[in-house]
Amino acid sequence: MNKPLRRIAVFCGLLVLALLLRSNWLQYVQAEELSTHAKNQRVTIARYAAPRGNIIVDGKPITGSVDSKDPLYRYKRTYVDGRMWAPVTGYASQAFDANQIEKLQDGILTGNSDQLFFDRTLAMFTGEKRKGGDVVTTLNSAAQRAAFEGLGKKKGAVAAIDPQTGKILALASTPSYDPSAFAGYSDKDAKAWQSLDKDKDKPMLNRALRETYPPGSTFKVVTAAAALEHGKIQDIKAPTDTPEPYILPLSTQPMVNHASGCEHASLIKALEVSCNSVFAKLGDDVTRDKMLETAEKFGFNKEQFVPVRANASVYDKNMDRGGNALSSIGQFNTAATPLQMAMVTAAIANDGKLMQPYMIDQLRAPNLDVIEKTEPRELSRPVSQENAQLIQQMMESVVERGTGGSAKLDMDGVKVGGKTGTAQHGENNAKRPYAWFISYAKTDAGSPVAVAVVVEDSDASRDDITGGGLAAPIAKAVMKAVLEKK
Amino acid sequence: MSVVTNTTTIGAIDAPSRRNTELALLAFAVAIPVFAYLNVGLALDGKVPSGMLGYGLGLGLMAGVAHLVVRKFAKYADPLLLPLATLLNGLGLVLIWRLDQSPRLIQRAERLFHSHSADAPKQLMFSAIGIALFVAVLIVLKDHRVLQRYTYISMVLALILLILPMFFPAVNGAKIWIKLGPFTVQPGEFAKIIIAVFFSGYLMVKRDALALASRRFMGLYLPRGRDLGPILAVWVMSILVLVFETDLGTSLLFFGLFVVMLYVATERTSWIVFGLLMSAAGAVGVASFEPHVQQRVEFWLDPFAEATLQQSDQAAQALMSFGSGGVLGTGLGQGNSDLIGFAANSDFILSTVGEEFGLAGMMAFLIVYGLIVERGVRTALAARDPFGKLLAIGLSGAFAIQVFVVAGGVMGLIPLTGMTMPFVAYGGSSVLANWALIGILIRISDTARRPAPAPAPSPDAELTQVVRP
Repeated sequence: MNKPLRRIAVFCGLLVLALLLRSNWLQYVQAEELSTHAKNQRVTIARYAAPRGNIIVDGKPITGSVDSKDPLYRYKRTYVDGRMWAPVTGYASQAFDANQIEKLQDGILTGNSDQLFFDRTLAMFTGEKRKGGDVVTTLNSAAQRAAFEGLGKKKGAVAAIDPQTGKILALASTPSYDPSAFAGYSDKDAKAWQSLDKDKDKPMLNRALRETYPPGSTFKVVTAAAALEHGKIQDIKAPTDTPEPYILPLSTQPMVNHASGCEHASLIKALEVSCNSVFAKLGDDVTRDKMLETAEKFGFNKEQFVPVRANASVYDKNMDRGGNALSSIGQFNTAATPLQMAMVTAAIANDGKLMQPYMIDQLRAPNLDVIEKTEPRELSRPVSQENAQLIQQMMESVVERGTGGSAKLDMDGVKVGGKTGTAQHGENNAKRPYAWFISYAKTDAGSPVAVAVVVEDSDASRDDITGGGLAAPIAKAVMKAVLEKK
Repeated sequence: MSVVTNTTTIGAIDAPSRRNTELALLAFAVAIPVFAYLNVGLALDGKVPSGMLGYGLGLGLMAGVAHLVVRKFAKYADPLLLPLATLLNGLGLVLIWRLDQSPRLIQRAERLFHSHSADAPKQLMFSAIGIALFVAVLIVLKDHRVLQRYTYISMVLALILLILPMFFPAVNGAKIWIKLGPFTVQPGEFAKIIIAVFFSGYLMVKRDALALASRRFMGLYLPRGRDLGPILAVWVMSILVLVFETDLGTSLLFFGLFVVMLYVATERTSWIVFGLLMSAAGAVGVASFEPHVQQRVEFWLDPFAEATLQQSDQAAQALMSFGSGGVLGTGLGQGNSDLIGFAANSDFILSTVGEEFGLAGMMAFLIVYGLIVERGVRTALAARDPFGKLLAIGLSGAFAIQVFVVAGGVMGLIPLTGMTMPFVAYGGSSVLANWALIGILIRISDTARRPAPAPAPSPDAELTQVVRP
């Protein structure tokens, strides 16, 4: 009977071998996939197992962690002024994952990042509990508050940048939401999430980075830059060859001007009063490809990572001459995020040098050691220094004498340049227009702030929606906040 | 020249009993779980657990008693079986104690049953009773061949044990329990031993008929029709178990056990072919009309499908548990295998092993199980009587199949079935039955390794042996 016994022994060995192979398959080959599987709650458990690190503005945390004593997810995220900071922080929810900085820097905030390996190893020996690191942002709390309170109940967004470094100083979006409302995983959190998710006003949309609007007349700054760069204009005070009415190329439609005195107006005058005809013709003269080249140098047609992703702004690559002429005044297919228009303004204010915008200054270990610091980096040079200064001169005259009067700052040694915009949208321009304002402030030490404001669909009547009336005061408040802090 | 008087004959020297080897191994088998216990305490509370001394002494005492009984009543027994079983039982207790302290499982129990009671003390009691049963087997069963007398009684008893759960309500979809007052018993665990006794007795008598009286057909020896009777009966029985008790594991276990023993008894490969064909036919047949079995197969094929997760996320949770453990594991007390919730310390205890001990620990556990099986097969090889051979291979085969079915099910190698991991999983019936199983194997191995009695002195010995120069 021993021969079959030996075979049975081999058979039993094969059974055990099969189990061993399966174990290796699961725990070695598939380990990574299974341990980070979307259904694996351990990822979230780990995220909330220790007090989460904080996001810091001006040295003060704008987030917190509270010990919920829950056996599943121990610590819960809290937010200071959640509504105001939501476009910066994003959310970290036990039930609904996380986004923006909370998601991108999850490794640092939970303490699981490889960059914190040394700290973790050290903590293992000292017996300390694992802690998350901090994310120090570039934001300016006074500017952020001015932006958020300036927008108030209106729907819109503000982006402010330090033109010399690219540091993002303010990033506001309204209506906003409080990320604390759904930080947990209870039914209450689920209800809060659902009602925000269903809200027609899209409070969870980060309008400063993720919504593109037709930039309207603010885009004329880009057109002016293209005209100067490509030699279509040498003297900004010389009259241009612009008929009145100006008939759009490939069309019989005249370009409507909302201002008078646009016939043969000089560039500086045309920007002051915002002549559509002058800029539409200039855009046509520059040609689509050259317009596209300049727009792309300002950052159009490309997603920006600050490091939170911002949608790509659009300057159409394939439109005809008529479309190009309309696009040159910020209509037709042209669309820009508030961040993009702040970048345009910043590049002009910084004498033509566009800095890469960023909002994370440092990543800090729990023991406050700096793990990573973002250094300012030049993104491109859309305009030469001379041309940038010419455009500054024109934008300053917009505020001094033109449509941007309400952004005027009465501060010594501070010059303000700006541009208003009122963008029409919807079928036959039936919807309420968007009110835009872009501006920068400049002192002898260079420009400390450039800001773009957009107010959409305000309750004010249609005639009142002009960038100068609605958006400029907000821009002014933001600039003032930055300057006063200096 | 002087007469050479110390002529050596094999067997006259006492064969090594290996009892001291067993004792040394037992010391490890007790020490490892004690350290594991300490590890859990430190990981969960940051201090040496208060019950450590009691636990260590308790396990040591049980192992010591078992060892002394083996030393006295089964001197030549296999030295590995007792330490291996003790190690598994001890680690099982630690794992159950660790899961007892999981706040998630406590919360779940309070939500579902409005109370939570620790399982580790109960399992400790079951282990003590299990060791007592082991001791009783060794003391009462002086010779395993005695069991041969009870061949047909065993058959009846096994049938009763298998049929009984049909008359009791299903627990969690499977009818494998019977309720006796405050106790629930899983008769299938005991039935596997009793049925192995029946098969051994039956096949020992019938093996020649089964092996020789056959017809050759297409290169295979086919059994005669009338010899097919018993195998068909067993087949029908395991199908019935599957249909009425929806217990996939037990039916697989019985059928596999019978095929293995039939093959060993007759040495006919045709039985294996026949067995495989019949089990395949049975499985397909049942799966085509039994929704419970179909569902298990669906869960197994795609554990992460939305439809599966809505009904039961056990399989997916178990897989994620293993994956999250990785190669080295999270360390005892630091994993999240309690996310499985249901049956975390019984059917799914292996996922805690996988997550907290990692791949390394899983391999160690599987190899310990493999060693138990291997010692059982060695016992069968060494046994001198056919009944002992058959019983030993039957018991170790059943053990191997059970380990494969449970571990394979939890790891997603085969569909999940409701059986418990021997010694490690929580459950009184399982611990008792497996200690009895180890007791019988030790008894057979003692008989097998015991030196043959010295031949009776023959009056002619002098004449035949002495060679005078």
